[in-house]
Amino acid sequence: MRERLRNPENLERLRQKLQKERDPNKRRITVCAGTGCGAYGCGEIISALKKELKKRKLQQDVEIKVTGCHGFCERGPLLVINPQKLFYQKVQVEDVPEILSETIEKGNVIDRLLYVNPVTGEKIVHEDEVPFYKLQERIIFGSNGSIDPTSIEDYIAIGGYRALAKAFFDMSPEEIIESVKRSGLRGRGGGGFPTGLKWESCRKAPGEPRYVICNADEGDPGAYMDRSLLEGNPHSVLEGMVIGAYAIGSNQGHVFVRKEYPLAVQNLRIALQQAEEYGLLGEGILGTGFDFSVRINRGGGAFVCGESSALMASLEGQPGEPRAKHIHTVISGLYDKPTNLNNVETWANVPLIIDKGDQWYAQLGTEGSKGTKIFSLVGKVNNTGLVEVPMGITLREIVYDIGGGIPGGKKFKAVQTGGPSGGCIPESLLDLPVDFDRLTEVGSMMGSGGMIVMDEGNCMVDVAKYFINFLRDESCGKCTSCREGTQRMYEILDDITEGRGKRGDVELLEELGWVVAEASLCALGGTAPNPVLSTIQYFRDEYEAHIKEKRCPAGVCKALIQYTIDSELCTACGRCRKACPSDAISGAKKVPHKIDQEKCIKCGMCVESCKFDAVKVQ
Amino acid sequence: MKTMIEFTIDGVGVEAEEGSTILPVALENGFEIPHLCYHDEVSPYGACRLCLVEVERGGRRRLTASCTYPVLEGIQVLTDTEKVRKARRMIMELLLARCPDREALQELGSQMEIEKPRFELREEECILCGLCERVCREVVGANAISFFSRGYKKEMGPPFRDPKACIACGACVYVCPVDCIKMEETEEERTIVRWERTLPMKKCKACGQSFAPWFQLEYIKEKVKLPKDFFDVCPDCRG
Repeated sequence: MRERLRNPENLERLRQKLQKERDPNKRRITVCAGTGCGAYGCGEIISALKKELKKRKLQQDVEIKVTGCHGFCERGPLLVINPQKLFYQKVQVEDVPEILSETIEKGNVIDRLLYVNPVTGEKIVHEDEVPFYKLQERIIFGSNGSIDPTSIEDYIAIGGYRALAKAFFDMSPEEIIESVKRSGLRGRGGGGFPTGLKWESCRKAPGEPRYVICNADEGDPGAYMDRSLLEGNPHSVLEGMVIGAYAIGSNQGHVFVRKEYPLAVQNLRIALQQAEEYGLLGEGILGTGFDFSVRINRGGGAFVCGESSALMASLEGQPGEPRAKHIHTVISGLYDKPTNLNNVETWANVPLIIDKGDQWYAQLGTEGSKGTKIFSLVGKVNNTGLVEVPMGITLREIVYDIGGGIPGGKKFKAVQTGGPSGGCIPESLLDLPVDFDRLTEVGSMMGSGGMIVMDEGNCMVDVAKYFINFLRDESCGKCTSCREGTQRMYEILDDITEGRGKRGDVELLEELGWVVAEASLCALGGTAPNPVLSTIQYFRDEYEAHIKEKRCPAGVCKALIQYTIDSELCTACGRCRKACPSDAISGAKKVPHKIDQEKCIKCGMCVESCKFDAVKVQ
Repeated sequence: MKTMIEFTIDGVGVEAEEGSTILPVALENGFEIPHLCYHDEVSPYGACRLCLVEVERGGRRRLTASCTYPVLEGIQVLTDTEKVRKARRMIMELLLARCPDREALQELGSQMEIEKPRFELREEECILCGLCERVCREVVGANAISFFSRGYKKEMGPPFRDPKACIACGACVYVCPVDCIKMEETEEERTIVRWERTLPMKKCKACGQSFAPWFQLEYIKEKVKLPKDFFDVCPDCRG
């Protein structure tokens, strides 16, 4: 039973009580139960841990803490054993009895579950020594690993809702807005608009009621930082929203979250209910006269609904199409009323700014971009996962120091930032500091934080085609330039990768790209040509090779490559012959094998099966 | 009294009521701006992008659709810059490649000296400007058609391909800028070909001539609360 908190003193007393109950030196096994580790089967590990503890009569002495995503998804399922902070990775159900008998009961470290640094080969025992974590600045995302997202008490115990009390009782709405302005916080959803300014415009806009919205319609392929925040620390987002609503003067909030994020919806729903029980949400928050309630709206999965006006149309029950925003949504948004929309991560930054102060916050980051940014680091990189880094860190540090470099000794080629409509940044720009303005200058963007690493095995024309294919599918189709333009760009790119490219194609792509970017109605069209234009800018030679020489330098585009077997290297082991699904490989014992080009479907199975590097791609 | 807004179009000072957008004001003042998805009687939509102009506001100049851009004090509208021409030309090429046999498009294309679009020609008839849907919803109130699907698969038509809400009034036929919605009429019935809607005609009790689809007349009677026998005779015979 949660008793309603009627003033800040109630909240502080509750916090002290909760902190007392939580012994930091207690033995605790923290299990990451984010969606990534969930897919690896952490649910079974949790059941096995509980069963084993019971069997050994250790339930009272050892606590199991099921948390949200820790970020190092590549290595899941992840376990952290406290108080020593032992870090076990790729844990299997079969490991559970040994973890209890060796580590919990005897205090021994199990060697094979430790993380091995791929660069140095060194085994790492403690969580905070893992380079992936060590070089991050996890001010927003860090709490994910220590709290149970379904327990508001966990959140309060680590200082949760302290910022809310401070904002309500020590600050006026105007002071809150000034503080957020001074902090330099900019929108984390991709636009990078100064958050404080947005709040101020909304507060000053005529008309009632005002709405605040949390945009959790994260649709970039491979990006999942918003999901992990909502799943792992929903109260941080909620607290930010309540503070924002108070500053703006809004009593109604909406969280627009993808239907494909069931765990986020579930944890958020629990969070809303618990916050209401404590009187931190709903009517008369913390004994004041301020009311604020939040509704969860589940989106149907259209990428374009992440665009603010399309999102609001969708909330109203209209088709998710953007409208021209010459009159901003802060003036006329949801139901034509003043509406302030911020992204999940932006909201999660707010409590921190209020609690620790804008001066503290403004020390982090660069001149124009303050604070940290969470990226989902994926693709051809050793350590994939979610990374939170201070603005201004270089791409090289993210890819090599945190990401551990490129797997398999391959050569780095490009990193794409900003989701499907971001640009591909080449190696020559790897020392670029990551902030809103620098990324835009080089033809990419911050976006919501997708970061896809590519190596020499990626064909940049094929990459551009992949993203344009996504965007032509996800364009709402309202305006000619975006609908027809992305489709035509796709057709041209398809021609080039299929060997039908002709002179003038690259120039036509450039011309078309300019029009799509300049003439489209919303930011989806406005940024859609980025992957094409940036790959042309930095990898024009690859386009030329496809068109003029009908050759794919990376050996990816099937119509332009041929697999052959080097008879010098072939040991006639027969592996490729067995692997080939189309019976295209002939040969016998001691007779070097051959590929029948007529039968070859270019699936690449032979390359993968060959132990002697004898299969060549031309 | 409405507030009047002053701004310039191609350097010429113009005045317009607050709340209107650039395109109608420009047209009234004799400036030529090609457009397809705009119509005075329905709300602007900004879909075809042909009415692009450059607007300079607060030192920043950008391309924008003039049909949706509100008139604002002191803005400078440029209707014929190189950027504008280049963008409109590409938009026209895209539309022509989508619907090569539409006469209205061919005419606009030849005005821009486009001989042949540089893209593979398709055989669509509809440019997805949405005028039919807006007139059906905003003016007629029948809500019989809507957009469905998205992106390059987007289409216009009756929801679930069932035209049961269509009253065959023909407003969409009238408003379509590329003439792709056809109406056929006999003494007995009227068909809106594109929506596959055929409705029987009502005959006037006085002169015996058919004058409108039954369903349409019922819809109007219901909508404006007219007496039951109101449409028993045609408007001509009613005098």
